[in-house]
Amino acid sequence: MTWSEVFDLLWVGLQETAWMVLVSTVLTAVGGLLLGVLLVLTAPGGLLSAPPLYSVLGLIVNITRSLPFIILLVAVIPFTRAVVGTTIGTDAAIVPLTIGAIPFFARIVEAALREVPNDVIAAATAMGASRGQIVGKVLLREARPGLAAGLTITVIALVGYSAMAGVVGGGGLGDLAIRYGYQRFETEVMVATVAALVVFVQLVQMAGDLLVRRLSHK
Amino acid sequence: MIEIKGLRKTYRSRGREVRAVDGVDLTVGEGDVYGVLGQSGAGKSTLLRCVNMLERPDAGTITVGGVDLTALNRKGLRLARHGIGMIHQHFALLSSRTVAGNIAFALEVTGVPRSARKERVAELIELVGLGGRADAYPAQLSGGQKQRVGIARALAARPQVLLSDEATSALDPETTDSILRLLQDLNQRLGLTILLITHEMDVVKKICHSAAVMRDGAFVESGPVAELLHRPGSTLARGLFPLSAPATLPGRTVVDVTVSGPDADTALTGLARNFDISLLEGSVETLAATRAGRWRIALPEDGTAAVEFLRARGAQVEAAA
Ligand SMILES: Nc1ncnc2c1ncn2[C@@H]1O[C@H](COP(=O)(O)OP(=O)(O)OP(=O)(O)O)[C@@H](O)[C@H]1O
Ligand SMILES: [Mg+2]
Repeated sequence: MTWSEVFDLLWVGLQETAWMVLVSTVLTAVGGLLLGVLLVLTAPGGLLSAPPLYSVLGLIVNITRSLPFIILLVAVIPFTRAVVGTTIGTDAAIVPLTIGAIPFFARIVEAALREVPNDVIAAATAMGASRGQIVGKVLLREARPGLAAGLTITVIALVGYSAMAGVVGGGGLGDLAIRYGYQRFETEVMVATVAALVVFVQLVQMAGDLLVRRLSHK
Repeated sequence: MIEIKGLRKTYRSRGREVRAVDGVDLTVGEGDVYGVLGQSGAGKSTLLRCVNMLERPDAGTITVGGVDLTALNRKGLRLARHGIGMIHQHFALLSSRTVAGNIAFALEVTGVPRSARKERVAELIELVGLGGRADAYPAQLSGGQKQRVGIARALAARPQVLLSDEATSALDPETTDSILRLLQDLNQRLGLTILLITHEMDVVKKICHSAAVMRDGAFVESGPVAELLHRPGSTLARGLFPLSAPATLPGRTVVDVTVSGPDADTALTGLARNFDISLLEGSVETLAATRAGRWRIALPEDGTAAVEFLRARGAQVEAAA
């Protein structure tokens, strides 16, 4: 294979990875924030304390998180067909990626919101803040640096998961590395792909760190 | 302004019961500065957190500005809380907002329209002496400055009552003084009623008109500071003027003397002119805007005449212990 062919492969793979990661990140951010906030609110002693609901949500989160991604990928195929209309390709891969990442990010959101000191929440309550104001103006706002750091971790985890998207024909850099490097022993392609992944992850981490620093006033 | 009757609050955790507040009655008059003293675990914070219903009491009523808070629904309570400011030991500021932003938060919560906020924020920043620091984040402020933000925020909605939970306990003595002076100034200028809890006698000495001593969830003594001083065996008197000189001397009668009012400055001179006494320990200070003195004095062996002399001048005399 010529370097120009390798480059073309990489370019397509990079676009596929970027697309999968981008869309699933956006969906995960929304879903994970909602689920994470719900966990914090319904936890015993929370603003909407509902221990049974909290236990059920926690169980669902834990089950999803304990499934190996490859099994989740296959298990959600009927759901994927219902949502995207197909079970193969990049768009089809986004569904399991998002489903796998939401509980992961939700736990990170939960942990980040718990970092907001109790006396800050008490102070807002004492001022007569409503529960909505406490969630929006205190919890989410104060936790922004932690949420940004958590989202960075999630994006990088999604890059990793997306390597397995090849199973449903999703493509992407990870799939490229597996197909060429592992199955066909095209070492150059594998090395180039892995290098591209390293650069990709590095850029994501740097952007994340920058954002955290901008948001943090500690 | 604040009226509490029969307040009880018990915490239950893992089968263990803690009676944090166990039958407290408390009245704080309008414009009063009322201090609640007590050791760690006495139930002071719990009492204070009941006053704005951060903790829901098990029994009793809490009336602030004529409104019974225990009878309100969620919405009513939120509105009532706008009239009750609170400041905290560890400031409890929003780290993601500037000084101006923290104060504005209190206005947002009370529904002050955006256009009116800016002016009020500037006014409050001046009021608490933070001019020029509007755009600083809490992490860039000293403890004293943070507490000033806390005070400005608490006053944003123009409350009639300010609750203070150990507001100066995390500050050094000089900063403590400046914060206490600010609170005193707010009390005098705005007629703000202040209920504060503390474990520092000095805070009571400097700004409180009335005080209570709390132990195991209940008040063991309470009333105007000047009056408490004269109560035989008062813990507060002993705390405000600790006397540690020997309580017995051979051939002498040792007594503890408490005087308040203008006589505080003259009683001792008069006594010394007429009797052979020695001052073992004590001082005269200004408490709740009145002069008060407390001394341990050695009188002659038969001290009856000297005691008569002192009592005739309104002094309270008790055997030293
Ligand atoms: N949320 C809670 N759950 C269980 N027990 C509690 C809770 N809050 C307070 N207590 C208990 O109630 C008692 C009174 O506590 P409180 O915080 O009111 O004391 P305090 O006088 O403010 O003490 P300190 O000076 O240390 O702040 C203590 O025994 C404490 O352990
Ligand atoms: Mg306390």
